[in-house]
Amino acid sequence: MISDFTLASARAALRARDVSSVELTQHFLGAIEALNPQLNAFITVTGERALAQAAAADAALASGDQGALLGIPLAIKDLFCTEGVRTTAGSRILSPFVPPYESTVTANLLRDGAVFLGKANMDEFAMGSSNATSAFGPVVNPWTRTGDNRPLVPGGSSGGSAAAVAAGLALGATATDTGGSIRQPASFCGIAGIKPTYGRCSRWGVVAFASSLDQAGPVARNVEDCAILLGSMAGYDPKDSTSANIAVPDFAAACRRGVKGLRIGVPREYRSDDMPPEIEAIWQQGLGWLRDAGAEIVDVSLPHTKYGLATYYIVAPAEASSNLARYDGVRFGARSNGEDLTALYENTRADGFGAEVQRRIMIGTYVLSAGYYDAYYIRAQKIRSLILKDFTDVFARVDALVTPTAPSAAFGLGDRLDDPIKMYFNDVFTVPANMAGIPGMSVPAGLDAQGLPLGLQVLGRPFDEETVFAVAQAIEDAAGFVAKPSVRAGG
Amino acid sequence: MSLDQAAVRRIAKLARIRVADDALPQLAGDLNAILGWIDQLNEVDIDGVTPLTGAAQMTLAWRADMVTDGGDAERVLSNAPDREGQFYAVPKVVE
Repeated sequence: MISDFTLASARAALRARDVSSVELTQHFLGAIEALNPQLNAFITVTGERALAQAAAADAALASGDQGALLGIPLAIKDLFCTEGVRTTAGSRILSPFVPPYESTVTANLLRDGAVFLGKANMDEFAMGSSNATSAFGPVVNPWTRTGDNRPLVPGGSSGGSAAAVAAGLALGATATDTGGSIRQPASFCGIAGIKPTYGRCSRWGVVAFASSLDQAGPVARNVEDCAILLGSMAGYDPKDSTSANIAVPDFAAACRRGVKGLRIGVPREYRSDDMPPEIEAIWQQGLGWLRDAGAEIVDVSLPHTKYGLATYYIVAPAEASSNLARYDGVRFGARSNGEDLTALYENTRADGFGAEVQRRIMIGTYVLSAGYYDAYYIRAQKIRSLILKDFTDVFARVDALVTPTAPSAAFGLGDRLDDPIKMYFNDVFTVPANMAGIPGMSVPAGLDAQGLPLGLQVLGRPFDEETVFAVAQAIEDAAGFVAKPSVRAGG
Repeated sequence: MSLDQAAVRRIAKLARIRVADDALPQLAGDLNAILGWIDQLNEVDIDGVTPLTGAAQMTLAWRADMVTDGGDAERVLSNAPDREGQFYAVPKVVE
């Protein structure tokens, strides 16, 4: 059945001509039509375009083309510019924006034959951890608590991407991660997702939030599917000056390396008295699996962990306030008129940005303003240095780190909205990887007592996604995670 | 350090975001809560530490200083809210 396909098994079936890309695409478009009104995972669905791409893929498959993603239907986070297809970043201010160009990451996917089903919902400008800040309404998590149908958040900011994959509305999706926006929603939705090393994927054509932290990556059903997708998304791009001119290895092959002889670090600062016992238990379980598979578990210290989140909330808003200065209503995007140019700017930005984005722009403006720059911004950059040094020191002793992905399972739609700082704590375990630029992956490890998925996070050395994939695959193999969400496409 | 409403109004002005007077108290409260929480960073010893500006552990690449793109006014202007011929039309800036 099509709904049981992983990306890898769908690809094998396409190549064996057991199924056509048009059949796959029709299945997913049907699933979106049936379930998107409930989940709101897509902002834009591009059905006609998808079917045309699928027909072209079928023709290429018939002629023996073996493109890595030939005929594979994907969802694209609405932060990636797609030529001729509206790209909103989840914001009212970009609601009229139709990019005249294609982002490098999505161009790479098209080069390899992928089919784009549409643009996935997300927190506005990727700022949020629950997908509640989207101007196009919240996404609903396809998972619910056992015996309790109240809607839960899918996590954020890549909530639409994660919900679409979990509910069987796409075989995989692009996502981005500035402070946890791939890994936390993957954990909340019971799927896999990797934020690669900063510089692995080009940022060109990805709507910017915090340029020194933003990194694209995939979410998919399992670890191998993420490896296949990342292999296509990654690669050097002269159009992004921070893109790394480093060869893209065979990530899928790395999944099968095993963990025998690897040293896995357990950072003691990630443990706290507030951590729910179930998350502590699943963490210990994961370490036990890795030990059984031949890895050595080592206690390590990352002394500046507790300052990661507060440092992030200086650096990210500072960069956001600069990046989002371009939205002034003059050259593109929504415009609200005013009696003079300043009023036009102020009205455009007041009407166009939601409350969380406005808050972060103002924090960023403040910490960069004369008289406060050294006290906030320079201090944060120095602490960022210390956070990187923590990781560099630890990676001299261990090959990877394993931690919980998030401090909780998915929470209720509308919860935690009244308190920004409480919302920020969702990213407490994921933010340090962005500060240091290292790769991090979330893999589903089990369910909590309420039947909700919990993920474990694997962190690795810069440009060593291969070890991250090997460790994540070992966790996936041992976990045998087969639970399915309550809302899911069938047939 | 706590921001009063006048300070918040100044920041909003710098950020070019209109804030209604009745929204100021709530906004000041939110911003102060975030800044108060950030103040924990003052306990970190940063003496002699070099600031880290970015996550890319690499030297920026050089490239030839030459035109590689352009001459595409129609596509560039395709998203303009207002235009005249091959130019953006903007509200009067200079009196």
